[in-house]
Amino acid sequence: MNVPANLKYTKDHEWIKVEGGEAVIGVTDFAQGQLGDIVFIEIETEGETLDREEVFGTIEAVKTVSDLFMPVAGEVLTVNPKLADQPDAVNKDPYGDGWMIRVKITDESQLNDLLSAEQYTELINA
Amino acid sequence: MKTTPFTKYHIELGAKMVPFAGYNMPVEYFGINDEHVTVREKVGVFDVSHMGEVWVKGPKALDYIQYVTSNDAAALSDGKVQYSCFPNGKGGIVDDLLVYRVNAETYLLVINAANIDKDWSWLCENAPKFGLTPGKELYNASDEIAQLAVQGPLALKAMQKLTSTPIEDMEYYTFKKLDFAGVKDVILSTTGYTGAGGCEIYCANADADKIWKAVFEAGAEFGIRPIGLGARDTLRLEMGFCLYGNDINDTTSPIEAGLGWITKFVDHKNFIDKDLLLKHKAEGTGRKLVGFEMIDRGIPRQHYEIADAAGNVMGEVTSGTMSPMMKIGIGMGYVKTEFSKVGTEIFIVVRGKLLKAKVVKLPIYKK
Repeated sequence: MNVPANLKYTKDHEWIKVEGGEAVIGVTDFAQGQLGDIVFIEIETEGETLDREEVFGTIEAVKTVSDLFMPVAGEVLTVNPKLADQPDAVNKDPYGDGWMIRVKITDESQLNDLLSAEQYTELINA
Repeated sequence: MKTTPFTKYHIELGAKMVPFAGYNMPVEYFGINDEHVTVREKVGVFDVSHMGEVWVKGPKALDYIQYVTSNDAAALSDGKVQYSCFPNGKGGIVDDLLVYRVNAETYLLVINAANIDKDWSWLCENAPKFGLTPGKELYNASDEIAQLAVQGPLALKAMQKLTSTPIEDMEYYTFKKLDFAGVKDVILSTTGYTGAGGCEIYCANADADKIWKAVFEAGAEFGIRPIGLGARDTLRLEMGFCLYGNDINDTTSPIEAGLGWITKFVDHKNFIDKDLLLKHKAEGTGRKLVGFEMIDRGIPRQHYEIADAAGNVMGEVTSGTMSPMMKIGIGMGYVKTEFSKVGTEIFIVVRGKLLKAKVVKLPIYKK
């Protein structure tokens, strides 16, 4: 299972990569593996400011629908345009091409509540 | 949890396993979309050993089957298979099934795994008036028979390698008892739940290992792969085949479910709910099961509401998915009769939004 050490994680299986006051968010390799073939991603929150744990979109596999949650509060600046036509980018490259949104972080102190790669690995192996 | 004779192979192959109808079953091996396309274009193998099998034998076998099922079993000749259902005495459906006629006094009923206990009770309840004794003329062989569905355009060609009996020219919905992979008395029928062609193979549990290995060896040159329940569902939904528990159940009439074609009101056949279903046919029930495809982007899911353009809810989605072949959302569901005509616009309520869809002719996926 691929869990890059330079990212932070949530118990809902999102990852977040902090770059200055902004961050890129997606779902983990473990999550895409559990979901199976991802066939549709709907994110209609571009431009909105959302709270931590608020739903920023939904991800649909062949058999299931799951909500996507904000790891920290922030404004959704951009949505990965590729996902509209190639939702399987999340299966193929969850930490790269399959990124979902770029956000402006509202409260950086919330980053301290996220899981480290080590903690997240523990969670998924439990 | 129950296992089938093939469970060990699924686990060995790294399948994602899920509990289904009390069995530990593979939902996918390599990805549902890949598996789906394998069956549409080549050949795939499903473990369907969880399905139930009931033998009905003796001079009263046909009368009994005529009474408990909706289709006209008298129309069967030896070696033919028929799709049918058990009406439940209240205008609903106990289960849908296949009826195999071996000879005039020997029939095999193939029923859904999730309904084996319910069906068996129902069959036993109706047996005495035909002088059939459970355990004798009526026999539940569900735990003794293993079954593989080998499906896809190359399936029969691949399986022909395992038997000297010609199978490639078999008509749809027929079967033969044959020597297969060195095993005697295997039943091979040109049936399936995918619309992709192919066959279903029944053998004794003891012969299952031999059959599994032979099927994969024979199919190797055709690109054969094991297929899970996930693709089984997307394949059947593209064809608009009903799934018991989703699209039909104890409260749905076969008439409103589009199963009028397997409900035969003929003079020589009396059956459970004949009068009631005839009334459904004459007067309608106010709703119909339809197949639909999405016009707006979105995926319909079971239990999502179906509405008109103004948002008035009229029914719900009973099955829905992203079609792996068409790459759009497709589904089935009940709508008011006046919305059931092919081409009618309906709306699916997806996360609070009304998404446009249209009623289509079955099969939903047209090759």
